[in-house]
Amino acid sequence: MKAADRILIERRIVFLVLALAVALPLIFPLGLKTIGTPLTKKAYDLVDSTPAGSVVIVSFDYDPSTVTELQPMAQAIIEHAWSKGHKVIATAMWPQGSQMADMAFEDVQNKLGSKVYGEDFVNLGYKVGGMVIIQGMGRNFRTVFPKDTSGLDYDEIPLLATIKSLRDIRYVVSLSAGDPGLKDWILTAHDKFGVAVAGGTTAVSAPGFLPYVNDQQQLYGLMGGLKAAAEYELLMGYEGSASLNMNPQSVAHVLILVLIAIGNVRAWRKRKTARNREEASNA
Amino acid sequence: MPELMRILGIWLGAYFTLSIFSFLYKDNPFYKLAEQIFVGLSAGYWLIYTIYNILVPNLFNLLITDFANNWILLVPMFLGIMMLLRVIPSAQWLSRYPIALMVGTTAAIYMLLAFKSDFMSQIAATMINPFKFSSGVDVAGSILLIVGVLCGVYFFYFSKKQEGVFAIPSKIGIWFLMVSFGASFGYTVMARISLLIGRLDFLLRDWLHIIK
Repeated sequence: MKAADRILIERRIVFLVLALAVALPLIFPLGLKTIGTPLTKKAYDLVDSTPAGSVVIVSFDYDPSTVTELQPMAQAIIEHAWSKGHKVIATAMWPQGSQMADMAFEDVQNKLGSKVYGEDFVNLGYKVGGMVIIQGMGRNFRTVFPKDTSGLDYDEIPLLATIKSLRDIRYVVSLSAGDPGLKDWILTAHDKFGVAVAGGTTAVSAPGFLPYVNDQQQLYGLMGGLKAAAEYELLMGYEGSASLNMNPQSVAHVLILVLIAIGNVRAWRKRKTARNREEASNA
Repeated sequence: MPELMRILGIWLGAYFTLSIFSFLYKDNPFYKLAEQIFVGLSAGYWLIYTIYNILVPNLFNLLITDFANNWILLVPMFLGIMMLLRVIPSAQWLSRYPIALMVGTTAAIYMLLAFKSDFMSQIAATMINPFKFSSGVDVAGSILLIVGVLCGVYFFYFSKKQEGVFAIPSKIGIWFLMVSFGASFGYTVMARISLLIGRLDFLLRDWLHIIK
């Protein structure tokens, strides 16, 4: 068999084994437990320590491609905020974020019981513009969001009666899959208007936000990827979809570690064989 | 009818998911078809979404219902039209003006905020007294932060040849950079596996009903 054919077959075997490593724990959960980290706990503490009646923003800055990671975070945050008596404003920097917000509100209401739209929560929908929009919210909330997604005027929504600008918001949680998203909230909402900002991101973008969790409190906690979503569920005291999905995630990671080790051993052996052959030919 | 559409949607989703996955075996017509439908649908969806959710409420409705108070919107409208002139070779040069305006404005807005957030605040966040913390872990973490930042920045200092004692911080910096690249790789693997979990969860739960 040619080397190229062997590599192709090996690649297919790796794909098949990886698919099985993810599928089997989904069907037969292993009951693995997630351990909490301080980054997620900080975000949890921000929500937990905010007094009842506060108006907060959850910004849905993602679309369906990242629901596996970010939707469990959204549900856990909304559930936590409602359990503490917060009133939740949903905004979206991504076009389909608005639908993600509707789905999250519906799922949490199915669990906790019905909440009153306009009093306990409101969906203001998508606005194009990223940072410019947040700056606009800092000056005048009503100008940026004259209506909600259902067409209700700003003045007809009781929850917004006390909200003149971003400074009236107690905290912002941006669930972000890229740009525009969490970075715009940090730069504008926190660093310009002094509003506390916490974030949830896809795992791939989490390392880029770690420097903002610092002494200056630019970011109050960071939830990075599926694991952080599972951690938040753990802090909330339930096992949701993120906790269950951490079973295949863990198995896949172990498999990838094994594959990396096998690959390194093979590369080392290949180099050693080539070196021996070279020495033999020189002798 | 809604139930029928739901089932049809699930079957279509399953078909396209499997078509995309089939590329892992080898390139094939099913993958090509799925890829091209995805690209076409995305472009079509964006076009319609932009018209109905951005242009209609923010421009056309305001101009039609209250022109006197919104005539200023004609300026961005014409700038937008000028940008579209890029498709006409003889008028292509006109598109440079709105693009220049957009690039300049964006740079100006970001520059001020980024200087404060990504420069001043980040420097201030590194200027910490590591011994102010009571926990040993926090003290060690703060020292690592300071050493890592200084050595990492020093690695990119090319104005003097890094040899002898001057090469030591650079080598330490490389280690910090490698560890951060490793962490980024680990997070990237987690993100990609999450995508696979999402798709397999859809196939096994919504389509095949193997997971309840």
